[in-house]
Amino acid sequence: MRFAVLEFPGSNCDHDCVHTLGTVLRQKVDLVWHENAALPSRTDCVVVPGGFSYGDYLRCGAVARFSPVMKAVFAHARRGGLVWGICNGFQILAESHLVPGALLRNKDLRFLCRDVYLRVERGDSAFTHAVKPGRVLRLPIAHGEGNYFCEPDTLKRLLDGRQVAFRYCDVDGHLTPESNPNGSLESIAGVLNEAGNVLGMMPHPERASEAELGGTDGLALFESALHALTTR
Amino acid sequence: MKKTTRRKPSTPARPAASASAPASAAPGRLPTDPEVSLKLAREFGLSAHEYGRIEAILGRLPTYTELGIFSVMWSEHCSYKTSKPHLRGFPTKGRRVLQGPGENAGVLDIGGGWATAFKIESHNHPSAIEPYQGAATGVGGILRDVFTMGARPIANLNSLRFGPLSDPHVRRLVKGVVAGIGGYGNCVGIPTVGGEVVFDPVYRDNCLVNAFALGVLPHKRLITGKASGLGNPVMYIGSTTGRDGIHGATFASVDLDAEAGERRSAVQVGDPFMEKLLLEATLELIESGHLVGIQDMGAAGMTSSSVEMAFRGGAGIDVDVDKVPRRESGMVPYEVMLSESQERMLLVAKRGREKKVEAILNKWGLHASVVGRVTDSGRHRVYERGVLVSDLPIAALADDHHPDFPLVRRPMKRPAYLAKAASLKDSEVPLPGDLGGVLLALLASPSIADKGWVFGQYDHQVRTNTLLKPGSDAAVIRVKENGKGLAMAVDGNGRYCWLGPREGGRLAVAEACRNVAVSGATPIGLSDCLNFGNPEDPAIMWQFAEVVKGMAEAARALGVPVISGNVSLYNQGPLGAIDPTPIVAAVGLLEPVAGRLRPVPQWFQGLGDRVYLAGTTRPELGASEYLQVVHGLKRGLPPRLDLAAEARLQKFCVLAASKQLLRSAHDLSDGGLAVAAAESCISGLRHGAEPVGATLELRARGRADALLFGESASRVLFSAAPGKAAALEALARAQGVPLAELGTTGGRSLRLSCPGGGIDQDLQPLQDAWLNAFKGLDEI
Repeated sequence: MRFAVLEFPGSNCDHDCVHTLGTVLRQKVDLVWHENAALPSRTDCVVVPGGFSYGDYLRCGAVARFSPVMKAVFAHARRGGLVWGICNGFQILAESHLVPGALLRNKDLRFLCRDVYLRVERGDSAFTHAVKPGRVLRLPIAHGEGNYFCEPDTLKRLLDGRQVAFRYCDVDGHLTPESNPNGSLESIAGVLNEAGNVLGMMPHPERASEAELGGTDGLALFESALHALTTR
Repeated sequence: MKKTTRRKPSTPARPAASASAPASAAPGRLPTDPEVSLKLAREFGLSAHEYGRIEAILGRLPTYTELGIFSVMWSEHCSYKTSKPHLRGFPTKGRRVLQGPGENAGVLDIGGGWATAFKIESHNHPSAIEPYQGAATGVGGILRDVFTMGARPIANLNSLRFGPLSDPHVRRLVKGVVAGIGGYGNCVGIPTVGGEVVFDPVYRDNCLVNAFALGVLPHKRLITGKASGLGNPVMYIGSTTGRDGIHGATFASVDLDAEAGERRSAVQVGDPFMEKLLLEATLELIESGHLVGIQDMGAAGMTSSSVEMAFRGGAGIDVDVDKVPRRESGMVPYEVMLSESQERMLLVAKRGREKKVEAILNKWGLHASVVGRVTDSGRHRVYERGVLVSDLPIAALADDHHPDFPLVRRPMKRPAYLAKAASLKDSEVPLPGDLGGVLLALLASPSIADKGWVFGQYDHQVRTNTLLKPGSDAAVIRVKENGKGLAMAVDGNGRYCWLGPREGGRLAVAEACRNVAVSGATPIGLSDCLNFGNPEDPAIMWQFAEVVKGMAEAARALGVPVISGNVSLYNQGPLGAIDPTPIVAAVGLLEPVAGRLRPVPQWFQGLGDRVYLAGTTRPELGASEYLQVVHGLKRGLPPRLDLAAEARLQKFCVLAASKQLLRSAHDLSDGGLAVAAAESCISGLRHGAEPVGATLELRARGRADALLFGESASRVLFSAAPGKAAALEALARAQGVPLAELGTTGGRSLRLSCPGGGIDQDLQPLQDAWLNAFKGLDEI
């Protein structure tokens, strides 16, 4: 399996993703600079990591979508290749319209770094099929703009198409206002594109993939992606 | 704490290296220059004596630019002219020390060819005026200090002091400072892994924002801020230069008065994205071997960076000020040299490597400008379009051992308040009837209460190294490169130092090291930030001298060198000075045990564990948080510290952790045993652990409130699995550490008794008190 982790100026979870994929999961990983017009050949999965691409002084991800490497990512996604946006990566994918919706400022207007519980809504996507639907994962979030929003007709399409991948929930899997940290519409924490090969999510699975860091629930998602790639 | 090595000044014999410069002409007055006078010098913060000295050194009147350069280099902030003689008492050497004080940051060996660089620095006055940007640029500055040593920053901490949280002005400051620290550190991608926040009325008008950063580097990448090699190019990288922050260093060297708000232009604005680019580009540049030296342009910008680099290299420097990239038109040399625009660095490259340097910078969208040359003149010269506008001897500006350097021996006097304040009779403190209520009040006091509201705004996990997150005595991160862990903590009790400065200084060092040791790490180095009032007041100067002596004694006794630091004086507002507040940052090395890093958290981990108290509980009430919160008293002497016992205790903590005897270890500090026990029960909540109750009994002599809430030093609350109890007790005997078994963990309440009283509280009200102190801060 070959992963490509994108590196924009201002990315700061790029090396964390490389560490998790390369050192923890022992996969081939390339760090791909934003000015590259092409992905390394035989790239299976593109990871768009967290951070503050170009400083995010405009809207988060609004500049990064115009980076040369993103054209190659669009083509990769059109061919059915996996694309996985985490945190700022989700914001970039939303700005790029690879996944529907937008990420607004958190409802309390504060940056939030803490662990949250996520309910897995889909157990049959490339990123989740090693996880039973309804299972509750504990993953960290760290963002100021993760408040998911979309128009009512988009939401209807999302729900009809089963594109919601994760929802924020409490420890027992219930959706409550208290367990929705940033005010996301319908507690949405992650969405898929229509074809199911592109995922955007705010929580950080790469920060929960080693026991000594306090949790390994993120591994289930990486293992899903690996399995999806080997069985294709 | 900057320059410590003694160097002889060389004589200004050689003509300037700048090609366009006329040789050996005296600097001239520019048409835009105001007239230089004593009045102007005073406005720049210089004394009449210092102004006379400048004339004597130069043998003529200084130019406008020269006066500006002298005024910032001789400001307290840059020169340490008051503090330097006192700081010479700190131990600065040790087998791990690769770089001691005097550089951008200190550096320690941590094994496997790797080293750690760290430093703490204040940004108090800017934060009091403009909290978001003041705090943000404080983080930016300390990060640059670390990565200019060749180290990749991997952790931030900060120590904050504010007035009472109930005050709307203070709430605005708290929100701004916390958002600024988060906004900057989060964007650059350096985790803020911990720190401390304390509230006391003395900090209302002069909050303290001390930022600490730590990085790691391979030994071979270590580089310093020096300029050497005749003819080597001096290059400028980073943001353009504007008029922001002119005289920031001078601003830091006066009291905060009622007009301080008008000095908002002396506060800089941060650009964390530029910082991130500079960080990556700088590390790549250092790795490339094209550089001789590099330094952040911090306080006093171009001036201090070029002067200090030339001084350290024993060289001279010629600056073509018109080559400095600017963001505003019409700036005169004085403004360019004194600007404190952020995210700028000065570097000296090897001659002929300019294009290679430029190529690396271009990858990151940055540029370099050659703004000068290294000379061997021993002089700092500034040219504007070929015209010499400043020509100064570097020794007088930077060499604190040179006779021309303006060291100040200020008068000292034991303050009058101490006679009454430091004495306290037990009879003056009524014994409260409801000790459980006292515990709830202490847990709800913002200085003790849970700081989740604060730490939740800092990304503390980016870089995937954080083993022990904020909310334990120390933060612990792993160093992927060599398999070791680094524990770090910041501490400093202003009330202790106000009531007993010598003991307070000793206690600050002891507690910072203890906080690191309880996690299982061996303390290996210190950085300190000394926050005091106006040193022209003999009482403040006495506090300073006493605190520093105490700190030096403790650092020596514990065998931990001070490798970097910062002094911040003039911390006072219209109502007076802050408490003397030395903030000590301690860093410890955690070795893997059985192939894994196993830092010990402060919270109980399970039911049925044995609970022990190490150390000696004396009936000490003085200077306690309990007296202040419950009785409104800021009186009495701080707890006595036995440094030999402290050293034994810390060693015991590290040994017990390395033998895997501990489930938890929590330092006793503010609020004493009762607060430490309650925190051990409930603080795991923030870390995904269930609260665990305990039934404990302390056998000791004294009044119940002193035993439960007194703050006797050198004590730690441990829990251990029953199977490890015998081994732990044996280790304590062998190490000469008093260890008393208090009881066991379990249940849904905390029962803590001692002769004459006790506490029996369900965990839920304890949690409610402890968790909600910051609630509602978002609404105002």
